Amino acid sequence: MVNLALAWAEEFQMENPQSNLAVSGGGSGTGIASLINNTTDVANASRKIKSEEIANAEENGIEPNEFIVARDAIAIIVNPNNPISELTLQQLSDIYSGKINNWQELGGEDRPIVRLSRETNSGTHVYFLEQVLRLGDKEDKTLFSTDTLLLPSSEVIGAEIRQNPNAIGYDGLGYVTPDMKVVAVADARQEILEFIFPSAGTVNNGTYPIARDLYMYTAGQPEGFIKRYLEWIFTPQAQDIVTELGFVPVLTQ
Amino acid sequence: MQVPKINTDSLITLLIKVMGYSAIIFVGLIFYFLISEGLPALTEVPLSEFLKTRWYPIEDYFGLLPLLVGSFIVTIGALIIAVPIGLFTAIYIAEVASPRTKDILKPLVELLGGFPSVVLGFLGLLILSQFLREFLALPTGLSALTGALLLAGIAIPSIVSISEDAIDTVPQAYRDASLALGATEWQTIWWVTLPAAKSGVLTAIMLGIGRAIGETMVVLMVTGNAPMMPQGLATFINPTRTMTATIAAEMGEVANGSTHYKVLFFIGIVLFVITLIINVSASTFVFRRKKRSERILS
Repeated sequence: MVNLALAWAEEFQMENPQSNLAVSGGGSGTGIASLINNTTDVANASRKIKSEEIANAEENGIEPNEFIVARDAIAIIVNPNNPISELTLQQLSDIYSGKINNWQELGGEDRPIVRLSRETNSGTHVYFLEQVLRLGDKEDKTLFSTDTLLLPSSEVIGAEIRQNPNAIGYDGLGYVTPDMKVVAVADARQEILEFIFPSAGTVNNGTYPIARDLYMYTAGQPEGFIKRYLEWIFTPQAQDIVTELGFVPVLTQ
Repeated sequence: MQVPKINTDSLITLLIKVMGYSAIIFVGLIFYFLISEGLPALTEVPLSEFLKTRWYPIEDYFGLLPLLVGSFIVTIGALIIAVPIGLFTAIYIAEVASPRTKDILKPLVELLGGFPSVVLGFLGLLILSQFLREFLALPTGLSALTGALLLAGIAIPSIVSISEDAIDTVPQAYRDASLALGATEWQTIWWVTLPAAKSGVLTAIMLGIGRAIGETMVVLMVTGNAPMMPQGLATFINPTRTMTATIAAEMGEVANGSTHYKVLFFIGIVLFVITLIINVSASTFVFRRKKRSERILS
């Protein structure tokens, strides 16, 4: 969410030149940890706050308030030269847990599968673990296979996807560039197997299976300046920025 | 009224003493901080958990073995490449090269040593990893090998610089005596000069090891950060995850005082202890008493 947070902060500061907003990245875990440590006013997170984090916050006297500020799709990306264009959620789960190891098993070329992932501090990572690897089952204990590359940023994932035909990766739709190939995803548990590409439309009408909410957390009810900023986030102008960056706005026009 | 005379000598001596002791105090303080933040991890996580093979801290899997293996592999790999190249470069500059070549090479090597490691990591990610993937037909270029190569690139300038100085310091009397007895140039270098410069060369290698094991940015960007246990010979060309990259990648997300936080400090302690052991064992070897014959000659 760092792209989005930066764009919002920039736009807000242009309109309100006397304001001063500082945005730093580091993943959802980092942001929420900073909120708990009282070193930030607003935490951007691409996953819901965990119950342990809420408990930690309350121990520190902080009550996290949640706001859904945008929505996002997780795009599955492969190298442009990869012939595969469609995958089911179950296949994705098997790929990332290590059950499927060669593209041939999916109908592709005889190449080993190299799995790319974000680091464990990323909300995207946690979301992918819960919704794709474990298919939403809370009791499931499946983990990423140990040879999954845990890359420190979306840029590094992009660099590897572009140059390595064996690679498969995932990231928020806003980070996908035109030189990557996006794979259509189907939920095999539905009656009709329909492979959907991620877009604002398919996220909002619920057909794309891997979509999520993006959150902002504040300590307690926002007041004063923070309240103004958060109210501004829900204006059409701010939500246009959401669309510009490839995410999905919460205000449906 | 008598003006008290300030003894500048004792003032300077005092200043130097303070500087010297402060270095010890700083290291002591760092060690104390590490221990106080990291040792409590042992109360929350049983030691047996640390010896497991799965590292996935967000679900309380705290097996440190893959990380230890990762740091070990990239460091050893870097040394296998860096020590021969560094040593022979140092020998070339000190003993074989003409003064003009020496004048160009030595500053150039020092320049290489000052290269920011994050830039090397970036180049490694974009260029070296792709090259290795195509050249060695690997699944991915983000591997321990890429990490080891870049770490060698970082360690070599340190090794060359200090070894070269050590070899230079060997008294000419040694070389003259050896040549006078009929040894060839190379025999002199390998059997007389180099053993005489042993302590300096060992210090250089220790420095190289220290740089390699403590390097963070490079390994974070090019080793793939996959916590894997060794799989035979393929371990070297597979992705890996070092202790340093783990701390760098995860320290930002941990809540202050949580179990994960303490475990990361525990990893810091492990790193500190390893470096300490390497340095202490090197020092005991380096600072041994010189043989009587060596004392007479030098």
